[in-house]
Amino acid sequence: MSILIYTEINKGRVKKASLECVNYGAKIAELLGTEAIAIVNNADATQLEELGKAGANTILALKNEKMGNDSMLISAAVEQAAKAHHAQVIVFAFDITGKAVAPRLSARLKAGLVAGAVDYPTVNGNTLEVKKNVFSGKATAVYSITSATKLIALLPNSFPVKLTNNTAKIIEWSVNLEAVSSRVVIKEQKSNATGGMIPLPEAELVVSAGRGLKGPENWGIVEELATSLNATTACSRPVADMHWRPHHEHVGQTGVAIRPNLYIAIGISGAIQHLAGVNGSKTIVVINNDKEAPFFKSADYGIVGDAFTIIPKLTEAVKKFKAHQN
Amino acid sequence: MKILVAISNVPDTTTKIQFSDGDTKFNSAGVTYVINPYDEWYALVRALELKEANLAEKVTLIHVGLADSDATIRKGLALGADDAVRIDGEGPDAFFVASQIANHAQAHGYDLILVGKETINYNGSSVGGMIAGLMDLPYVSLATKLELAANKATIEHDIDGGTQIVECELPLVISCAKGMADQRIPNMRGIMAARTKPLSVVSANATDALTGIVAYTLNAGRTTCKMIDENNMDELVNLLHTEAKVI
Ligand SMILES: Cc1cc2nc3c(=O)[nH]c(=O)nc-3n(C[C@H](O)[C@H](O)[C@H](O)COP(=O)(O)OP(=O)(O)OC[C@H]3O[C@@H](n4cnc5c(N)ncnc54)[C@H](O)[C@@H]3O)c2cc1C
Ligand SMILES: Nc1ncnc2c1ncn2[C@@H]1O[C@H](COP(=O)(O)O)[C@@H](O)[C@H]1O
Repeated sequence: MSILIYTEINKGRVKKASLECVNYGAKIAELLGTEAIAIVNNADATQLEELGKAGANTILALKNEKMGNDSMLISAAVEQAAKAHHAQVIVFAFDITGKAVAPRLSARLKAGLVAGAVDYPTVNGNTLEVKKNVFSGKATAVYSITSATKLIALLPNSFPVKLTNNTAKIIEWSVNLEAVSSRVVIKEQKSNATGGMIPLPEAELVVSAGRGLKGPENWGIVEELATSLNATTACSRPVADMHWRPHHEHVGQTGVAIRPNLYIAIGISGAIQHLAGVNGSKTIVVINNDKEAPFFKSADYGIVGDAFTIIPKLTEAVKKFKAHQN
Repeated sequence: MKILVAISNVPDTTTKIQFSDGDTKFNSAGVTYVINPYDEWYALVRALELKEANLAEKVTLIHVGLADSDATIRKGLALGADDAVRIDGEGPDAFFVASQIANHAQAHGYDLILVGKETINYNGSSVGGMIAGLMDLPYVSLATKLELAANKATIEHDIDGGTQIVECELPLVISCAKGMADQRIPNMRGIMAARTKPLSVVSANATDALTGIVAYTLNAGRTTCKMIDENNMDELVNLLHTEAKVI
């Protein structure tokens, strides 16, 4: 028996969401009295060490050039590992890869899936009960997984990552993907230009602006504030629709759903579809010149006034604070 | 070329969510239901555009649900889908829905199966991948562009940290996101025509229940917003550090 955790390397690092999953899987292994096994493709020694520090007892280290981000191949690889190691629970991040792979594996293994877990499971006989957000963040549901094999996709940023001195046993692992005929052929690939910022789904601090900023030429002050905080920039949907900002910065129901520690919303009215993507944030600051803006009802801190004068003042205050801290 | 579009019936985005039966059921009293936005604006409209460009012959809607979904299905027909199938049954989870759709698709042979990115009620992003898994078909998720030529689909889609353009021989399953197409409003002629378009109802197959919902709770909204003077940004920074502990 084991808990199997799917993990990934991205831009030379173990993905933060993967470290969260290893922490999470290790905790479940403890609950069920079994071992936590991480599976990873193309990791170097440092990355393997980090997976160990996050709590993996064993790591299945793959070296497979073919797998890439193909959901069919990844699913087949995890399926083989799950069978070989009698996985009771398989953990994925509920990120773009996890959303493509976990459902496929769920169907293949007839393993019940909770897609977007936000808390640790509780054990109830042979079932696990896991909480997940529903109705676009307006409510939480407790799901029970009753199948023998269980799948949990963990919503990123649900828990802070904890690293210890643990070292994992490393097993060089190979999978046979010959029988899997994925017909998906990659023609072109582009990275989002994030200008060195932490990618939005992983970001703990986010500075977001809306139509109140009037035009793309005014984003300089938003970026400056973000830089001062080491935050990532985001925007409301109309801003992306009008091409003021790139599409990958759009948050909300139709865009990316995020749950950073701090979300600063500037010149955004707070429409319900916008809130759906950000209401999981730990702390929300709203800056708006209309004191009746609906966003204030969903904020922890509010400032009424003109964004164009407030943003530079806030940036100054942040810089002063940072200078004082160092 | 036949396209199957899976549509889900969901409470309108502005619905005030309430539960009943000791917080074990969603309370649908007084709720307005609509086609899940991603299924309608992106999957269905793109399928219709492909048909209008003579790249597909037929667009069929499929829905797994009870008779009270029929008005929503008719709306999809009014937008221009040719016919619809409702699998009459309400399952406990995405696996139930996916099993029903996969069974139907296996028997009827579609070249393309389109689903939405996620439903706005259960936010699972699961049904499409499950259908693909059950049918052993490729799955391309979060498509923002889709072109068809001969027996091949060219798809632009979001991946972790970027975008990818891929090609795939048919058949396959695609989940659709913003960018695929623009919202359409049904016209009077479409609404009239929808009344007589075929909507067949078939009974659901038995499937294993893998998960179920035990209870719901409403997420507490924020109750107090601390207002800070615009000339006192030092105070805000201080509160973010000492009170909220986020910086
Ligand atoms: C099904 C559906 C899905 C949707 N999905 C999304 C989504 O994913 N994400 C999303 O964001 N939206 C989404 N929308 C759109 C959403 O309903 C709103 O229209 C949108 O969020 C509004 O964007 P905004 O707040 O930037 O603009 P506005 O609503 O125009 O608000 C601008 C705000 O800026 C303030 N302002 C103006 N000037 C200043 C100034 N000088 N200083 C300070 N404040 C100023 C105004 O008081 C106002 O509150 C969706 C809509 C639908 C129907
Ligand atoms: N009951 C249903 N009937 C038909 N299609 C559905 C149903 N539920 C979900 N789908 C499809 O599957 C997609 C993903 O749903 P979900 O996995 O619930 O997020 C939706 O956007 C629909 O296209």
